Amino acid sequence: MNRSLKKPLVPFAVGVFSLFFFLSTAPADDLDLFRGHKGAVNISGGTAHIPVMKEVAKRALTVNPDIQITIAGGGTGVGIKQVGEQMVQIGNAGRKPTEAEIKQHGLVLFQWAIDGVGVVVNPKNKVQALTGSQLRDIYAGKIANWKELGGADRVINLYTRDEASGTREVFVGKALKKGAVSAKANVVVSNGAMKTAIANDPFGIGYVSVGHIDSSVAPVALDGVAPTEENVRDGKYKVARGLFSLTAGQPQGLTKAFLDYLFSTSGQRIVIDKGFIPVR
Amino acid sequence: MAILSRAVERLFFLAAAGSALLTAALFLLLVHLALPLFEQGGLLALLRSPWDPGAGLYGIYPMVVGSLSIAFLALLIGFPLSLGGAFFITTFAPLPLRRPLLNLVRLLTGIPTVVYSFAALFLLVPFMREHLTGGAGLNILSAALMLALLIAPTMIIFFVDAIRRVPSSYTQAAAALGGSPAQRLVYIALPLAWPGILNGLLLALGRAMGDTMISLMIAGNAVAAPESVTDGARTLTAHIALVIAADVSSLEFQSIFACGILLYLFTAILVLTLRLLGRLPERHTG
Repeated sequence: MNRSLKKPLVPFAVGVFSLFFFLSTAPADDLDLFRGHKGAVNISGGTAHIPVMKEVAKRALTVNPDIQITIAGGGTGVGIKQVGEQMVQIGNAGRKPTEAEIKQHGLVLFQWAIDGVGVVVNPKNKVQALTGSQLRDIYAGKIANWKELGGADRVINLYTRDEASGTREVFVGKALKKGAVSAKANVVVSNGAMKTAIANDPFGIGYVSVGHIDSSVAPVALDGVAPTEENVRDGKYKVARGLFSLTAGQPQGLTKAFLDYLFSTSGQRIVIDKGFIPVR
Repeated sequence: MAILSRAVERLFFLAAAGSALLTAALFLLLVHLALPLFEQGGLLALLRSPWDPGAGLYGIYPMVVGSLSIAFLALLIGFPLSLGGAFFITTFAPLPLRRPLLNLVRLLTGIPTVVYSFAALFLLVPFMREHLTGGAGLNILSAALMLALLIAPTMIIFFVDAIRRVPSSYTQAAAALGGSPAQRLVYIALPLAWPGILNGLLLALGRAMGDTMISLMIAGNAVAAPESVTDGARTLTAHIALVIAADVSSLEFQSIFACGILLYLFTAILVLTLRLLGRLPERHTG
């Protein structure tokens, strides 16, 4: 008798609790983090992070117009350097900073998302699947024509990122297995610039943060695994990295509110909306 | 009063000395910061070796070739264009059109280079890729064409000024002898205006060498030394922009000071040449 009474109660209780949980973490409440703050938070560094940063800033300003949030790119190298020299409050990195970098500047790490680095080509390109060794040969300059891969009889235009890019480091380390990148490769300075370049070049090949892949470029499956959010989350797609925000020392005030919001339910929902994998 | 005028004199002297010292200090700072690289074998070795940080090579030979070829090709394209433009504005255009045309050229000098680059990325680069150079369309020729467009207004303004400064008594005398406008231009105005034209040319070259945005966005930034105008290339300025984000203590980062020294020396030589040429017209006409 007791059991039959309890049974319907459990789902009911769960329902009530989840309702409370949901209400208590609804977007408006998470935004309370920004109330009562004044001043500015300046952000620079990794370009993969920018869509999420912008969305958080936009929402923060709706509840508290007295604060200022500036967001700049520059790449992982710039992010680490500028936060280390305290030119900005938050420096973004698309790779884990080295021990030396952490020690030198007293950096505190906040990893708020996981992101894949996907190979992309122009949507008009028929070649949308490659093996790891084909990719390495392409970037080394050994395979120089799309014809060799079953595509058009055109020269492959290589695109890579600048020396300070976290995306580049992950791509070369995990997709190319530290293989060479041809010296003839074109160099672009951000994830956005890479997407523009590939969207405009029918014979180009490049790589961007999975969160940046949209209909303007076509993702290339690597060894049969497409660079999608699901595959990165399941660990099937191996070319992945954490997205970090760094502060010099423990964050205070508005900077802390910004980072707390990133880890809140609504912050993590932005992470999902922008195509990344949340950590909570 | 004497004391006051002496104090003012001192003040101006200090200001002049200060800015001169600053220029010298900048050069010394560049040399100091690039010192770790020089210890590897000097500036000449850097100038000759390729860029391959993976193999411990931080040479800037490809960037020197990139900078020089893009700048001089831009000058080669832009010079005849600008000379023609200046001829048109001073001599051949209908009178009511001359002033608006010159104002338009003045307006062109103010367009930010990023606007040129952006337009080129969507118009010139695809055209190059499909019809002319193949490859990605990001190459020396594309960048030089855009740079030519960038420096042409500067040259036109200098050329127009130089041609207009030719004393009208000379051209009137030639006109009295039955010289056509074209003859007056080629045989009288051009030889007399030549020093001013050269000035404009050198200034334009300096601007072409110093520009960063166009080469960064249009030239492709490849680190291989270019072999033809259809190859991608990286200029010294673009190299600085690309590497400045690297770790401060790395040799990669220090190589940008070598680039800085080269650009500094190049500008210094240009300015000295300008000064020397500035004296020439006095000798000619004086």
